[in-house]
Formats: sequence, structure tokens, C-alpha cells
Amino acid sequence: MASIDTPQKTNLMLDLKVLGPILALVVLIIVGASLNGNFLSAANITNVLSRSAFIGIIAVGMTFVITAGGLDLSVGSMAAFIAGLMILVMNALLPMMGPGWPLVFVGMLVAIVAGTAAGMVNGFLITTMRIEAFIVTLGTMGIYRSLVTWLADGGTLSLDFGMRAIIRPIYFDGLLGISWPIIVFALVAMTGELVMRRAAFGRHAAAVGSNDQVARYSSVNVNRVRMMTYVFLGILVGVATIMYVPRLGSASASTGVLWELEAIAAVIIGGTMLKGGFGRVWGTVIGVLILSLIDNILNLTDGVSPYLNGAIQGVIIVLAVILQREKKAEG
Amino acid sequence: MTAKLSLSLTNLCRSFGPVEVLHDVGITLAPGEVHALIGENGAGKSTTMKIMSGYLAPTSGGVALNGVSVQFASSQEAEAQGVVLIHQEFNLADQLTVEQNIFLGHEKKRGLFLDSKAMQAEAKALLERLNCVVSPNARVRDIANADKQMVEIAKALSRNASVLIMDEPTAVLTEREAEVLFEQIERLKASGVAILFTSHKLDEVKRISDRITILRDGAVVSTERTADYTEDQMAEAMVGRDVSSLYPVRDAAIGAEVVLSVKGLTVAGFARDISFELHKGEILGISGLIGSGRTEAMEGLVGLRSHSGSVQINGVPVAIKSPGQAQAAGLCYLTEDRKSRGLLLNKGMRENLTLQSLPEFTNWLIDQDAEEAALTKAIEDFDIRAPSRSVLVGNLSGGNQQKLLIAKIMLAGPEIVIIDEPTRGIDIGTKQQIYEFIHGLSRQGKSIIVISSEMQEVIGLADRVLVMRLGRIAGEVSGDDMTEDKIVRLAMGLGASKAEAA
Repeated sequence: MASIDTPQKTNLMLDLKVLGPILALVVLIIVGASLNGNFLSAANITNVLSRSAFIGIIAVGMTFVITAGGLDLSVGSMAAFIAGLMILVMNALLPMMGPGWPLVFVGMLVAIVAGTAAGMVNGFLITTMRIEAFIVTLGTMGIYRSLVTWLADGGTLSLDFGMRAIIRPIYFDGLLGISWPIIVFALVAMTGELVMRRAAFGRHAAAVGSNDQVARYSSVNVNRVRMMTYVFLGILVGVATIMYVPRLGSASASTGVLWELEAIAAVIIGGTMLKGGFGRVWGTVIGVLILSLIDNILNLTDGVSPYLNGAIQGVIIVLAVILQREKKAEG
Repeated sequence: MTAKLSLSLTNLCRSFGPVEVLHDVGITLAPGEVHALIGENGAGKSTTMKIMSGYLAPTSGGVALNGVSVQFASSQEAEAQGVVLIHQEFNLADQLTVEQNIFLGHEKKRGLFLDSKAMQAEAKALLERLNCVVSPNARVRDIANADKQMVEIAKALSRNASVLIMDEPTAVLTEREAEVLFEQIERLKASGVAILFTSHKLDEVKRISDRITILRDGAVVSTERTADYTEDQMAEAMVGRDVSSLYPVRDAAIGAEVVLSVKGLTVAGFARDISFELHKGEILGISGLIGSGRTEAMEGLVGLRSHSGSVQINGVPVAIKSPGQAQAAGLCYLTEDRKSRGLLLNKGMRENLTLQSLPEFTNWLIDQDAEEAALTKAIEDFDIRAPSRSVLVGNLSGGNQQKLLIAKIMLAGPEIVIIDEPTRGIDIGTKQQIYEFIHGLSRQGKSIIVISSEMQEVIGLADRVLVMRLGRIAGEVSGDDMTEDKIVRLAMGLGASKAEAA
């Protein structure tokens, strides 16, 4: 991942804030390694990273949305809906196209197009119709969740068995021993980091989140920037779904439940400001890793019940926000 | 009746880190006296006032009330002793009523419940005492700025303030609203309140204060009776040099060609049927009372508000629907509200400087070296004084923020620039510099529109002045006709013929 090139300032306090999430991650790794010998095994690391990839890919997009002063609660049910749609389309075209990679690509295309469209709907309602992001995405969250339940008729949508075998490698195989979800997550994160830090879009997103009036008076097309953050997030939800469907080959009403909260939590733990104006993608990646490591460590050790996962994650989120608040007071 | 208190500062020093910003400051406020504290931005006025009212502690030296040394641990403690600071930006809860605001934090209670009857009565009495007609039940967001100021004062009085400190009380008021404030200051003075205020408007300092303390670079230059000063002498003492030639000599020639031609510009609800032409290199002033639609008309022109009417730039008709399109056509607008519309206060100078012209610095990725180079040039060209390059813009003084804002707009390379209130809340030394910049732009052949509430500024800067009234252009003055009298008459709706008759 992108190295910690510290911002121009060499303010010690600030550095501590920058390093906070990294230190937390290091502590977790040390704790994990000392509690269980298998923790640092290649199999476990691959497992943790692959499972974090879904949330991670979505969280990178969420970083831009939050940085631009928005919020998207619909991503979890959007992922479920897209997964359901992808499976339905592939099953429907199977008799015509036969099992094989062309059909997989059609499925992928469906996921990306559906993600783009869903992002546009959120963006349109928020920018053009000027409805609060919280309200809009609360609404679409319910709509997608309901739609996937309806499509599955309350049960599970399953991909054709033959297709599952073909599509399986997308999740379980990889390149040079690194699984595809990890590779895609890494690519998305690196691109996101570069865009946030060095591209005009990232700068504009931070400007819009910081003060949309200033951005507007500075000839920035505020609505377009906001719209694009939702569209990118939608596309990334599509990408995450493409990684997810091969894992189980099914979608149901319980697919992607609470993903939105995990993604938002990762973004905030990473140091992006919830009220917008400042975001860092590498921080989000660390946030995602922190959340999945807690889960992993609790599963590997006997001392603490894995049922306490949510409680520990909650504490971490609150701590991260406390850190953020102090940083604001400094500025 | 409030107790009569005098407040004095002796040998007061205050440091922030290694920097001492106040050296040996001594000021005495006497009951029944209006004291003006003047100085350039950064001279230490705010710090002095904050120490007086308990927001900051002095590093050394002391504060005394009626000769007894006191140490305020907090602003609440100062308020309890009768010393109240009214901030420049109103400290009122917009959604609450006038009465709720006045008693916010020290509500009257009867048992467990609020005693709204008593609060209503007292709020009414306080407002009456201030001759303010606003209803105690009105929501603060619905009342005028001058009334908000009165509510602030009523709030201070309800805490039995006997020392009232006001940070630029007239900055957000129109002239008429300021008059109301001055009347109330007179009444408070007569009732024995000690008053300290700051202002950049020397004419009002001259008018309403009894004594003046002038601060320069954190030290008191002098404290004298106001009667002993002329405005010029005040300005000179503040800046430490001669500022009689505040406005530079107009030496650039105005081109014959029309660069901007506006016909029938209408911004619904604010401006109607505005038509004018702007020549190359010209400085066109737009005057008028606050609320006359000056700002809204220009915001419409650059696409920040929806509007109708036809606009030609260099003879070519252009349709401007967004600030981006205006910028592409070579037309930029510099807002009057630098803090909430001009600059991102929690970002650095570099991000702010290039925000408007980011595409110029972008080739897939932002060229940060080019940005740094642009910042270096802007700091030099516009004499921006910042403690460090990475300082957050919110921590710059108002004058330096304004310079940065001008640098930001000019970096976008406009041929026509509209500057709204170029020097609001800026000290006289920086004002002079900004006037120089504006003349410099004209010399480079840029055409400039200056909107200003300060009559002197419009007259001193502009070649020609359009006067707006109730959303329309009431008239135009140029040359020897550019006098305060004529402009005021137009702005107030008195005909030109009448002006001549008078």
C-alpha cells in the first residue's frame, strides 16, 4: 500500500494522528501473533485479506463520498441486489449462451452497469433533487433490500451449478499465490489513493466537503463532483459484487447486511472526517484491515467470545472519532 | 441600575509560544466613557479584548476592576463580574427566539420550570431600554442584523454588564443600522457603562468615542482624547507612516473598446433590467445601499444565480449559466464573503490558491511543483505574509486572506474581474496595498468592476460609478460628479435634478 508520505507539516501531534491507525494495526498484529501461532500463516493472511476485499473495495468509494460531505447507507443492500440481478441474468442467459466465460463477462457487465445506475440514482436524488444523503440512501437501502428479497421470493437465488464451477476461480484463484480479490482490492486502493491525493477530482471532492459554497464560487461544478462520488461508489459496489458472487454462488435477503456500516466505520477509523472536507484512502484500507483483524483474532482465540466482535469494533470506532475531534481542535 | 466599574490593564504582556504579541499594554476604561481601540489587523486588538473579558489569560501584567486586581479564569467569570465581550460574529442561536437568546445559559426558573412570564417581561424591558422594537418572541434568524446586535447588547445588559467590549460592532451593519447602534451606545454611556469598541471606520471612531487608544505591533502608541485627533492623524499613528495618499494616482489609460456589455440583466427578486458597458482597463464602481441588489446582480452575471438578459464579451454574445462558463469567457467574480464563500479556511494556501484554476495544473495528476511555484509567485506578487507556507488559511489575518483570494482569482487569468467589497474588515495599510493591486490590474489591461459599501472607496478607485437602488440602476456618475453627496442622493432615490437644486 501507499507509503506514509507525511504531509508537508512536521507537526509531532499531527504525525501521531496520522500514525494512530497504523499503530493500532501493528498492535493488533502483534496481539494476534502472540495469541495464536497460525495467525501469521499464509493461509490465514490470505483468508483475512480476501474477506476484507468486499468491504475494502466499497470503503474506498465510500471515502470519496464522505470526503465530499455525503454518505451512502445503501451499499450493503445495493450489493445484495446487484448480486441477485447478476445471478438471475446469468441463469436466464445460460440456455442461450451456454456455460463459459462469455456468460461470466455478461454477468460482470450487468454488475458494473447496475452499480453505475444505482449510484446515479442516489447522486441524482441528492444533487439535483437536493434531498439529504442520509434520507435518500436510507430509502434506497430499503428499496434494494426489498427488491432482492422479492426476486428471491424470500429465499435464496442460486447460480446454476455448472456456472459456479466456472466462476469459482474469481474468488479462490489468483496470480502468483495472491488471490484475485486481494489483487483487485489493492489496485482499487492504490488508484483511489492516487486520485484522492494527486488528481483534481480528489481535490475537488475535499473542497466540496470542506465548504461547498467556496467550491461553487471557485467554478467547481459541485453537483457533478458529488454525483461522481456516488457513481464511483456504485461502480465499486458492482466490482465488490463480482468478487463476492463466486464465493457462495448465491444471493439472499441476508447478503451484504451491515456492509454499509462496516464500510463507513472503516472510513472513519482511517481518519477521514465524517463531516467531509478531508479524506485519506490509505487510512480507509487500514480501517478495513483493523476491523477484519479484530474479527479474525476473536475467532482464532478462546479467551474472548467472538460474539463480542461488535462491541470491540464499536469501541474502536468511538476511539477513532475522539482522535478526530482532537485533531479538529488543533486546526 | 448597573454598578459603575472601571477596568484597567497594566503592563500587560501576552505571548503565543515564543512570540510576544502584546507588550506592556496599559488601558483604562472609565464608567460613562466610550473608548475606541484602533490599530491595523494583527496589532493585538482582539488579544487585548479577549484578555479583558476572560477569554485569554495574560502572560504577565494584570487586569484590575475598580483598582482591585482580578484574574478571570474564564469568560463566564468575567461576565459574572460585569465584563462582557460582544463578538464580531454574532453569538446567537438562530432558531431560538430573542427572549430565549437573551436568557440563554441563565434562564429564570420557578421551581423546576422556566419562568417565561418573568423572562418575557424582562426581555421586553431590556429591549425597550435599548429603544429596540423587535418582539421578544421573534426568532433571531428572522430579525435584521442591527436588531441582532441589539439582542447581543440586551443579553449583555441582562447579565448586568457594566463594562461592555465590542469587537467591530458596525462591521456587519448598514450605515442606518449603525446609527441606531450609536444612539444606544450614547444611552449606555449616559447610564454609566464603560464601553470599549474597535472599528476600522475612523469616521465613526471620531464621532462616537471619547478617548482613543492606538495599538501598533502589540504596543500602545498613544492614548488621547478623541477631540485631539484628526482621522488622518489616527491613520498615520496606526500605520506609522503617512497614508494621506490612500488611493493611488490613476495613471493607466482606459481603452475605447467595450469588453463587457450587459443588457437587461435581471435576477429574480434582486435586480431588474441592469444594463451597462465596461471598457478595457476601466475601473467601474458599483455603489448602493446594502440590499440594493449589487452583489446579487453581479452573482447573476457570472452564473452563480439564475438570471436573464444578454451579455456580450468583446462583442461576442455569451451564455453564462455557471461560474465555470464565466471563467472560460474570461470573467471572474471575487466574493464579498471571503470566510464562507471565498476560501477553504481549514485547508492550506496552496490548495486554496489553485482551486479555481486546478485544470491548469492538472495533466492526469496535479503538478504539485507547479502549484508550489505559483504559490511562491503569489506570495511575492501580492505580499502575502504568512507565518509558514503550510499555515491553514483560517489562521491568516483578514488582510492576508484577502490578498490570497485576489491571487486565487487572478491565477484563473480573467480579463474582467468583479471585486465585491475589496477591503471589508481590512486595516488601512493593507487597504492601500489592495488599491495598488487593483490599479496594477488595470495597468495590465484588465477591466475591473468594484462593488463597495464604502463611498470613499468607490470614489477613490473608480473611473465611473453606477449607483443601484432597489435592484435597478438609479444613475451613473463620473469625473467631478463623483461625490458622496451625489451618490447618496441616487442611492436614496433622490433625483439628480433635486441634487442640483439642493
